[in-house]
Amino acid sequence: MSENTENKKLLTVSASPHRRTKDTTSGIMLDVIIAMCPALVLSVVLFGFDSLKLVAVSVIFSVLFEALCRKVMKRNSTIGDLSAVVTGILLAFNLPSTMPVYMVIIGDAVAIIVVKQFFGGIGQNFVNPALVGRIVLMTSFPTYTNNFANPFSWRISELDAVTSATPLAVFAGNYNKQGVTDVINGDAIPTLAEMFFGVRGGCLGETCAAALIVGGLYLIFRKVISPAIPLCYIGTVAVIMLIAGGGSLTFTAYQIMAGGLLLGAVFMATDYTTSPMSLKGKIIYAVGCGIITSLIRIFGSLPEGVSFSIILMNILVPLIERYTHSEPFGTVKEKKAKEGDAA
Amino acid sequence: MAEKRSLGKELTKGIIKENPVLRLVLGTCPTLATTTSMESAIGMGISAAIVLVCSNIVISALRKVIPQKVRIPCYIVVIAAFVTIVQMLVKAFVPTLDEQLGVYLPLIVVNCIILGRAEAFAGKNSVIASAVDGVGMGIGFTLALVVMSAIREFFGAGALYGHAILPESVPPMTIFILAPGGFFVFGLVMACANKLAEMGGHKKAVLGGCKACPMAASCEKLAAGEECKEEG
Repeated sequence: MSENTENKKLLTVSASPHRRTKDTTSGIMLDVIIAMCPALVLSVVLFGFDSLKLVAVSVIFSVLFEALCRKVMKRNSTIGDLSAVVTGILLAFNLPSTMPVYMVIIGDAVAIIVVKQFFGGIGQNFVNPALVGRIVLMTSFPTYTNNFANPFSWRISELDAVTSATPLAVFAGNYNKQGVTDVINGDAIPTLAEMFFGVRGGCLGETCAAALIVGGLYLIFRKVISPAIPLCYIGTVAVIMLIAGGGSLTFTAYQIMAGGLLLGAVFMATDYTTSPMSLKGKIIYAVGCGIITSLIRIFGSLPEGVSFSIILMNILVPLIERYTHSEPFGTVKEKKAKEGDAA
Repeated sequence: MAEKRSLGKELTKGIIKENPVLRLVLGTCPTLATTTSMESAIGMGISAAIVLVCSNIVISALRKVIPQKVRIPCYIVVIAAFVTIVQMLVKAFVPTLDEQLGVYLPLIVVNCIILGRAEAFAGKNSVIASAVDGVGMGIGFTLALVVMSAIREFFGAGALYGHAILPESVPPMTIFILAPGGFFVFGLVMACANKLAEMGGHKKAVLGGCKACPMAASCEKLAAGEECKEEG
């Protein structure tokens, strides 16, 4: 099926020697789906069956759009590689549980049809499809994407009337030493333990830090992702926030767990298609993501900037690759040799 | 010479085959800026079309007088004169349109479609052919703007020509009115125009093949002199 074309692409990636592995696209995607399961379970516990409904709808329509698109474009079907399933889950993870279902379907259509299939399908998209889906929904329906249900409010009443500001929204505009201490000591923000286990308002998949860390460790253990991108990304944000908060470790911990940073760093910045291949490239890319995220959080008009920062760095990936690509072993650097001769 | 071509073809080529916005990719700036509502799009299209027809006629009439070396400044002077006339007329009779279009009305002076047609057509062809070319291109420009603005206004504001179409319970997708939505719609409409032109038997628009690809600089295949097989 799609494996033939995949192999062709892989064979031209770098110089010999080559080593065959048993990794397949569908196997890797399956690992990603397994890694997202803890966060999915937690989101159902926190936000009720609304979240399960959104994830299910998003997955079904992602796969449907992928199948339809490939059919209309007269290309071979790629739904077997499970990448559409991953995009579907990720998009739902990036939306609040109160989101109307038809808006999720619009997001799926943008992610799969516009971002992925118009550019040639899996491996060809220049930015992360799920993130563009989220950004289109965010700019189109801001009141709906910022309507976060309180955790456990689904148990109290059928109507998700209780909504609250996210921790980042509380921090917005208070990025100085005095402001930070006031917010941390105030009532408007959950405790650090609550943050860790996800008892806070937010998008489906982003609230529970513990589940995301478990998922990330699984992916690193299975060698699906390299730890470089998540660690450098989170590390950069931590360093900048430590400075911005006047050295407050509590504040830094809040900043790392708040918003979509962990979700973005583990599952979205590490997308193979839209992240650099070499280690050096990965570090540049991840540090860039961290800097842009922090700048948007501190100075931007939006409380959160993970999706925009990843998209911006995605676009820079070809440039990063150009300056960090590895030289095949044994070759001479031609240009420099010539310059030396001329001099 | 152009006299051999039929005037009918000069008129219709601007609509699909050589549509200035969708096939020649000229005048993209006013296209993206004024297609947020149908009203301003139609205003922009008609104003530009009037300037285009008038400047085409005058430039074509003066084509033997204008020295080759300074032709561009001469064209601009002619175009600017007509833009000023149109701007004064719009200000006097439809002041609301003037407010909507704002700076884009005087900017018709530097609209690439008008200068492009002066350079590519009016400077080389007879007055009648140039006038017909101007009318065709003007219609093509206006049509492209109307189609794009209809899509953007419908999805982005739930309205058509200022009249609300969608009920208030359906929230419009604001991104269609914003710049990114404009680019998306532009790309999609352009793709449709290419498809239509292809079905009409015109050749496929070539966008430079592999060399135009953003990855060209780091592409190993291109460096080795191969082209991607997908670009037929």
